[in-house]
Amino acid sequence: MTALADFPTLDLVARKIRARTVATSQRTGTPHLGSCLSCIDILTVLYFHELRLDPARPEDPERDRFILSKGHAAPALFQVLALRGLFPEGWLDNYGEDGSLFGEHPPVPGHVPGIEAATGSLGHGLPLGLGMALSARILGRGHRVFVLLSDGECNEGSVWEAAMLAGAQKLDQVTVIVDYNKWQATGRSNEVLALAPLADKWRAFGWDATEVDGHDLRALAAAVAPARPSTGRPRAIVAHTVKGKGVSFMEDDNNWHYRIPTVDEVRAAREELGVPA
Amino acid sequence: MRNAFSAEVTRLGAEDPRIVLLSGDIGNKLFDKFKDGCPGRFLNCGVAEANMMGVAAGLALNGLRPFVYTITPFTTTRCLEQIRVDACYHRAPVVIVGTGSGLSYAELGPTHHSCEDLAILRSLPEMTVFAPCDATELRLGIQAALRHDGPVYMRIGKKGEPQIHAALAELQFGRAITVRPGAQVCLLSTGTIMAEVLGAADRLAEAGISARVESFHTVKPLDTARLAEVFAGCAVVATVEEHSRIGGLGGAVAEWLAPRFPREPCRFLSFGVDDVFMHEVGSQDYARRRFGLTAQSIADGVQKAWAECTAG
Repeated sequence: MTALADFPTLDLVARKIRARTVATSQRTGTPHLGSCLSCIDILTVLYFHELRLDPARPEDPERDRFILSKGHAAPALFQVLALRGLFPEGWLDNYGEDGSLFGEHPPVPGHVPGIEAATGSLGHGLPLGLGMALSARILGRGHRVFVLLSDGECNEGSVWEAAMLAGAQKLDQVTVIVDYNKWQATGRSNEVLALAPLADKWRAFGWDATEVDGHDLRALAAAVAPARPSTGRPRAIVAHTVKGKGVSFMEDDNNWHYRIPTVDEVRAAREELGVPA
Repeated sequence: MRNAFSAEVTRLGAEDPRIVLLSGDIGNKLFDKFKDGCPGRFLNCGVAEANMMGVAAGLALNGLRPFVYTITPFTTTRCLEQIRVDACYHRAPVVIVGTGSGLSYAELGPTHHSCEDLAILRSLPEMTVFAPCDATELRLGIQAALRHDGPVYMRIGKKGEPQIHAALAELQFGRAITVRPGAQVCLLSTGTIMAEVLGAADRLAEAGISARVESFHTVKPLDTARLAEVFAGCAVVATVEEHSRIGGLGGAVAEWLAPRFPREPCRFLSFGVDDVFMHEVGSQDYARRRFGLTAQSIADGVQKAWAECTAG
């Protein structure tokens, strides 16, 4: 798809999504704010720049697939999908209320347009994505599949089972982006398990791997662009990010994995983001 | 039975381009005809069952009809979370095939036994649980699975199981099949233990007891209409399965029966595997004898219950 927006506009979109995500966390008591903020630039580049996607036809078989395998960042994804026009922004008014579709994790497909998979249990998104990529091969479709993983999620063995199958099957329509914010729920992701060197791990499993600044919109856009000519290898983008990015008092503070901001903190965050209420 | 599976999925795969076969690095020669007839639709996913189940769900969510095939423990309990979340929660039409189920691989030890799978899988919302008694039920069940819009667990044997049905026109999930009519007692069988069950019915007939035999090929959804019929008409009803007595067909029938008791006054028996791991090696026949799953043991148990019923 041709670029939907220039980079200053993408930057504004990302700041808006951050502000809305922070405000929604406060209003609804939804956690994982730090995990949401670290991947919002990635989501922005995908949804507003790269994904082949028609908001009016969210079930078009030729659409690019995106799976938020780190399903706990759904609060950010819901804001992205609404702003991208997949569903009316008013749908989010009952966020977190009893009976709402919008909570901590994405629901199964068919409820919220744009959601391809119900994630939340880590390590499921990449296998599902490989199935979708293989379906494209079998059915002769040209769409790509993007899967966003967290670094903590790379603890799951199923991620590496999938990595080996993608390598063996030469699934070059698959792009993994790892939101490498260096934290998982209870500690540094390089201390809990031996995660580093992460890009080399993907290479060792038969993938092309690149490392980018996960908050540099231009660098992200270049990294997710289709490879020409195709390489015959799936691609992993290790995006170096900051947990809580965009709000100074949340950045790299793992308390914001679970903490809910106060009204005053939301106001301060909005001012920093340049998106006042 | 696995040969019948391979033959049927190969035959249907040639007609239905949606069919994809995923194997957990088994069936090397078994699926050669499928590979030839359905190029690009056989995926050896390696010894990585969690991923294989997720891949199958991804295929199913994008319009294909995947069959996931490996030895029962590895396609069920090994990847239970992927079955629960990726297949069931998404209502993805994945057919999960467990080969060598129950005590089929008795000689391989408890790592390869599966006497808990029916209990575990039938507790999952959206899941259909199917355990055919022979190759005919299996073939018809594969066809039924392709008509069904949701995940199906198919628990099959290995090879050489006796043929039960001479002819069978159709099979619907959740509709038991009367294999032999009878009036006084009823044996409800699921899976490949059926030959022993029919042998038990023969022995009961020799003792003057008329035994009806039902194939409960579908453990979920349970054919409750058939249960109501047999419990109303027979003095003794017994379930038989090559599975733990905890939570399988016997458990499912007991759940149905409990709130109806004592309105259904007949005797209910459950034949199955004890709640133990079998530490010694032995053949499938040895294992069945060890757990009282032979024609003679079943007949003896039912005859005793019948005698107790009729004595009063």
